[in-house]
This record gives sequence, structure tokens and C-alpha cells, in this order.
Amino acid sequence: MFLRLEFSEGKHSRSGLSLASRWLLGGVISLLSLALMLAVISTDKATPGLAEWVSTHLDRSGVENPVTAVLLNFRSYDTLLEIAVLLIVALAILPGPNADAAPWLSVDERKPVSPLLAGLLCWLVPMALLVGGYLLWTGAYSPGGAFQAAAVIAGAGVALTVAGRHRFCWQSSAARLSLMVGLLMFMLVAAVSGLITGTTLQYPVAHAGWLILLIETLATVSIAAILLALFTQLHDMAAAPDKEGAP
Amino acid sequence: MTQDLIYTLSGIVLFGIGVFGVIASVHIIRKLIATNIIGIGVFMVFLASARHGEITDPVPHAMVLTGIVVAVAGTALCLWLALKIHLSDKRGQGVSS
Repeated sequence: MFLRLEFSEGKHSRSGLSLASRWLLGGVISLLSLALMLAVISTDKATPGLAEWVSTHLDRSGVENPVTAVLLNFRSYDTLLEIAVLLIVALAILPGPNADAAPWLSVDERKPVSPLLAGLLCWLVPMALLVGGYLLWTGAYSPGGAFQAAAVIAGAGVALTVAGRHRFCWQSSAARLSLMVGLLMFMLVAAVSGLITGTTLQYPVAHAGWLILLIETLATVSIAAILLALFTQLHDMAAAPDKEGAP
Repeated sequence: MTQDLIYTLSGIVLFGIGVFGVIASVHIIRKLIATNIIGIGVFMVFLASARHGEITDPVPHAMVLTGIVVAVAGTALCLWLALKIHLSDKRGQGVSS
């Protein structure tokens, strides 16, 4: 879709580099890569870093999966900022809030959709939601968690959008809230845990498990909403560039 | 050991391919894809460095997971900017500027 877009820069110098300079560039980069490989092979790996620290403190984190423990407990500051980055990008791309805008999800029943596709979606979307819920829950024990779950759920929304009948709109208040709820809950937990334990984002050990689950659940909602919003906004803009809302 | 090495070397190859793409290609979207390939190469090297024999360090894994999501967000922002450039080019063709 995007590769068909033409940019004025491309029209002026379509060919880019000449063949000789391409070969030269390729040679220089190959040498650079070889040097990097030799450097990696010839150096010994650093000592196991924080792995031992994480495994000895895992029982205080509230979860059994070390990656989730690092993401949501030991280094939860990173995750908080990451959700903030996602929200900032979504707010930059989406048109401003509008209370009179279309609802979050509107269905156009008249649009012709292949019965095979419609039947597939009837199975695929609920399955994606189910898998998303499973991934969220299993994140406490094994690989999985909010991001994986959100990616699968957003994928279901992408499938609905591409099929054509469903249209997501992110200007209503409810849709806006779904974008923000993960960050809001994370910040609330940060503030409350700061008041209780004296250190921001240091959860009380006895309550760490369900606090992490609470944050992860709402973060899944927000991340899925933001990823889907990014896709639908770009999709709408590329399909009908004149109808884009004022940013 | 060999598994880590395969991952690390492939990551460096991807990094090289990405750098070539960023410099040699003209189209903005191609440059964006090449930037993503560089990112994937760096993630692979970083992930492979987390393994120390039997112990796996979870901290790089968590950081790469964070990095992937931020990379997706950055890619979306770049795509949006590219669309804006494309649209302003199209409008600018009628007006002389």
C-alpha cells in the first residue's frame, strides 16, 4: 500500500546511487560487519549480570516468570514510560476528541463481504480474544504477558478493519478512555505504592501479584487499543486522504 | 554456545543489510523498513548476549520486549509523517512552490 506512494524527492532522483557507489557502499558495510563479527567472536561474554539477582528475588515479585517480574516489578518504571510513549504517539497521530463523533465501532451491514471471509471472522475474532486472555494470564508463569496479549487482540481488530464492514473511530470519550486507562491505572498504582511503601512503584510484597495482574489487564486494553488506533488511522488516511480529521 | 553465535552473527548481518538499505534506497518507506531491519539485528545480538550457558538473564529480554513496542510506535509515527509528506506533495503540485 505505502510503496505505491510517490514522493517528490523520489521523482527527482529515482535511481539513487550509481552502480559503482552501491558496490563501494556494499564493500564498506561488509567489512564493517566482518569487523563486528570478529569483535564478537574474540571477546568473552560478560558475567551473568543480573540473572542471579533476579532469580534470588523472584519470590518477592508476585509472579513466577522472571521476564514478567523484571517488566512489571523490578523495572516497572521502563514499562510505565513505554506505555506513555505509545500513548504520546497515538495522541500525535489521531485527530482530536469530538463528543459528536461516530461510536467506537460502527458496522456497515450493506457492504458486500465474501461469505467465506465473514464466516472466518466469526471464528477468528473470538479466538483471538480468547488467546489474548490466555496469554495475559500465562504471563505470570511462562512467556506471555500484556504486550503479547495486546498484539493478538489488536490483530483481531486489524482483521475486522481490513475485511471492510467494521470501522473503528477513536474520537468518542469511551474510545479515548480505552487508550488512556492503562497508563492511568499504572500511575495510580505508582502513587499509592509510593505512599504505602515510601518508594514509588515498590509494591507491598503481599499484594504484588494482584497489583501486577491489575496493571497488566488494563495495560492490555490500552496497548491493544493504541496499536489498533495507529493501524486504523493510517489505513483510513491512506485510503481516503481527503477525509482525514484535523490533527 | 553455537546457537548464541548463530544468533549474534545473523543479527550483525541484518544490521549490515539495514545500514545498506538506509543509505542506498531513495523511497522513504524503503528507508523506514531498512531502519526496522537494523533494529531487529540489534535486538537479536542483545538477546543472544543474555544467555550464559544454562542461565538466561531476563533483564535483556524485558528490555528488548520494551524496545519492540517502542519501535512499533516509532514506525507508526514515521509512516504518518511519510503520509503527510506525500499528501503535502500532492497538494503542492497545483500551487507553484
